[in-house]
Amino acid sequence: MSLKIVVLAKQVPDTRNVGKDAMTAEGTVNRAALPAIFNPEDLNALEQALRLKDQHPGSTVTVLTMGLPKAADVLRESLYRGADAGILLTDRALGGADTLATSYALSQAIKKIGMPDIIVGGRQAIDGDTAQVGPQVAQKLGLDQVTYVESVESVVDGKVTLVRRIDGGVEKVEAPLPLLITVTGSAAPCRPCNAKRVMKYKRATAPIERTADMPYADEYDKKPYLTLTQWGAADIDADLQQCGMAGSPTKVKAVQNIVFKAKESKRLTAADAEVESLIKELLESHTIG
Amino acid sequence: MANCYSDHPELRFEMNHPLMKRIVELKERDFRDKDTFDYAPLDFEDAMDSYDRVLDIVGEITGTTIADNAEGVDIEGPHHEGDRVRYASGTAENLKAMVGAGMNGMTMPRRYDGLNFPITPYTMCAEIVAAKDAGFGNIWSLQDCIETLYEFGNEDQHSRFIPRICAGETMSMDLTEPDAGSDLQSVMLKATYDEAEGCWRLNGVKRFITNGDADLHLVLARSEEGTTDGRGLSMFIYDKRDGGVNVRRIEHKLGIHGSPTCELVYKNAKAELCGDRKLGLIKYVMALMNGARLGIAAQSVGLSQAAYDEGLAYARDRQQFGKAIITFPAVYDMLALMKAKLDAGRALLYQTSRYVDIYKALDDIARERKLTPEERQEQKKYAKLADSLTPLAKGMNSEYCNQNTYDALQIHGGSGFMMDYPIQRYARDARITNIYEGTTQLQVVAAIRYVTNGSYLAQMREFEAAEVSEAMKPLQARAAKMADLFEEATNYVKEAKDQEFHDICARHLVEMAADVIMLHLIQYNATQAPEMFERSARVYANFAEAEVLKHHAWVMNMTAEQLADYRAE
Repeated sequence: MSLKIVVLAKQVPDTRNVGKDAMTAEGTVNRAALPAIFNPEDLNALEQALRLKDQHPGSTVTVLTMGLPKAADVLRESLYRGADAGILLTDRALGGADTLATSYALSQAIKKIGMPDIIVGGRQAIDGDTAQVGPQVAQKLGLDQVTYVESVESVVDGKVTLVRRIDGGVEKVEAPLPLLITVTGSAAPCRPCNAKRVMKYKRATAPIERTADMPYADEYDKKPYLTLTQWGAADIDADLQQCGMAGSPTKVKAVQNIVFKAKESKRLTAADAEVESLIKELLESHTIG
Repeated sequence: MANCYSDHPELRFEMNHPLMKRIVELKERDFRDKDTFDYAPLDFEDAMDSYDRVLDIVGEITGTTIADNAEGVDIEGPHHEGDRVRYASGTAENLKAMVGAGMNGMTMPRRYDGLNFPITPYTMCAEIVAAKDAGFGNIWSLQDCIETLYEFGNEDQHSRFIPRICAGETMSMDLTEPDAGSDLQSVMLKATYDEAEGCWRLNGVKRFITNGDADLHLVLARSEEGTTDGRGLSMFIYDKRDGGVNVRRIEHKLGIHGSPTCELVYKNAKAELCGDRKLGLIKYVMALMNGARLGIAAQSVGLSQAAYDEGLAYARDRQQFGKAIITFPAVYDMLALMKAKLDAGRALLYQTSRYVDIYKALDDIARERKLTPEERQEQKKYAKLADSLTPLAKGMNSEYCNQNTYDALQIHGGSGFMMDYPIQRYARDARITNIYEGTTQLQVVAAIRYVTNGSYLAQMREFEAAEVSEAMKPLQARAAKMADLFEEATNYVKEAKDQEFHDICARHLVEMAADVIMLHLIQYNATQAPEMFERSARVYANFAEAEVLKHHAWVMNMTAEQLADYRAE
């Protein structure tokens, strides 16, 4: 059977190589200092979706992202890697959303797309590290969910067989469609961008990204695939009270900047007794173990 | 994340050479594919942007997948299972990534599913890949055999075979045999015409065949019974799907472990003729080898880059006598020279590939329509330039990459001799580059005619008149004096009118020519991008001048009478 697959993807600041200027004086993320990248586990999710498409000819993979206009980058990259379409959800009214408001907006967008057979997201994003958005979207759409998926083994007769990565091993589970899954970073890495697809889609843009003096403007009339779908709050019939800041119960009281500094230091010799006493001390203070 | 393309801005610089304008124009022919293929460029800028993006993908795959697999591939190597080859697991992963990314059949026309890329960006991909795994570089780069099938095969063969290569099937060129290595005229593999089946049959043995279990083979075989020289040889296409060729063994090698080097047994293998009978060696293999030599030059530059990167990183990191060893003149001298050889060698590589691009694109146009007299002249000019520079690019870069891996290993001190650092692998991998696809000694044989016919000297004199920056003018003047010494030594050898004397001096003369030409090319680069190349240009000038003086002294002190001292008993 062919499957209708939606991938949830997020553009995130690259927090993996954080330099000195990664945080502002106010304790917020200095987005200018960190390059914006495709959230790594969302790439694992995209790969699982593309594998399903490979196994089930006729399937479609649509990537949905919410963010600033620049987040269209992850849609283009998804097209380069094999996705069929991309949707950019962007609107000031959706900005400043916590996980609750984000999952509301995403679930509204998915309703507008039409209920997919399977929704695939990364386990969590490297900026917030909450792992909440996937499960909340499932909840809002009334879907079953399987988290921590490492691979999708098969889809037969409306049932999906999945391998989950759990503490100390793996677990094989079966779940009925429709279904939402979140994929871990231990899953297969995403396939590379494809040369022909890059050349085909390199000028694909959302309307909001376009400027009057853009070269090759007449190409957009000739080639509909160069226009990425762009939706705002109104397009997805969103209740503004549940969107953005208004819909976000999370309130940041204060941000504390933690600087690791050695308060006291001890010099040890290599003698066994000294090493042993240090290990004991660290165990007692729960620094290790 | 490492990207082996964008991490080295010198590559993008080479891609943006002004000759690219003409190359793209010839290759894209008024951008006629733009309405038929959604990935075809609309104009020059668009084409260049596409090359850049594709190089970036290759840089990323190399910096991640290929780099991560390299050590494992070196240790595991390919497996001989029954009569077949199974690649090392990392090699299979690398190939899957490159095929998935659509990097096969890069230079083929779009109507056969190719990318219609010029040779220059393709060569750069080959350089990038080889920098992390030279053995895998061979497997991937052998796709350029398809150029030969495209040039000399017929329409029917094009449509049957080229799309398969674009889809990721691999190739090999089956030339050498136990008794036919450098001397390919001695090839004995027998081709007989099977009247009943209406096809050719191949019988015999090939040895040292890179990627010998490939999907599609180009085979040099003796089709003319009773002949013993090159005129009795023809080129055949063997399709593995037809069967009949078995892998008898995989060689155990010093380096490039990822690349399976095979001994092949042909047992009545079905094959088809590529091109005309009797032209196998004298025309087709020569074309094949020219492409392969450019490929090995690219592989060599990749290895030079890898060696320089390793040497530099180690020298910055390693502390001795209370400071990083890079602060010692004895160490930074080696690094500066490595970088100079790398930059100069790379300039020569891409100058050559651009020349190849122009004449090959014109050749291809000539298959569609008659060339104008101006185009014919242009074709001749660039074909001659390309033929003269190809043996220099292969010969010099393969020697430089051996020197650079040697010096980089030296910088590592005792650690370099241990198997723990990648430099030992680069040093082992480099060692084949100046041997296969024609040893350096045979590159000299190919190049010496351009010494004696004045072609190199004419190129030098032309460079001497070129506009260079103020900073480069003194170097240009020094290069002119070096050319005088080259001319003097050449005339001295020519006047002796003694073939053996001429042969023993050949390597010195060819190297002098290469040194001077590379010095001019790096001056051009330093004029365009001083911050990137000026230091290398000055370091290279000192090195090249010392080399030229050395070779000049050697030749001028040599006489035919002294040959007796050199001859083996």
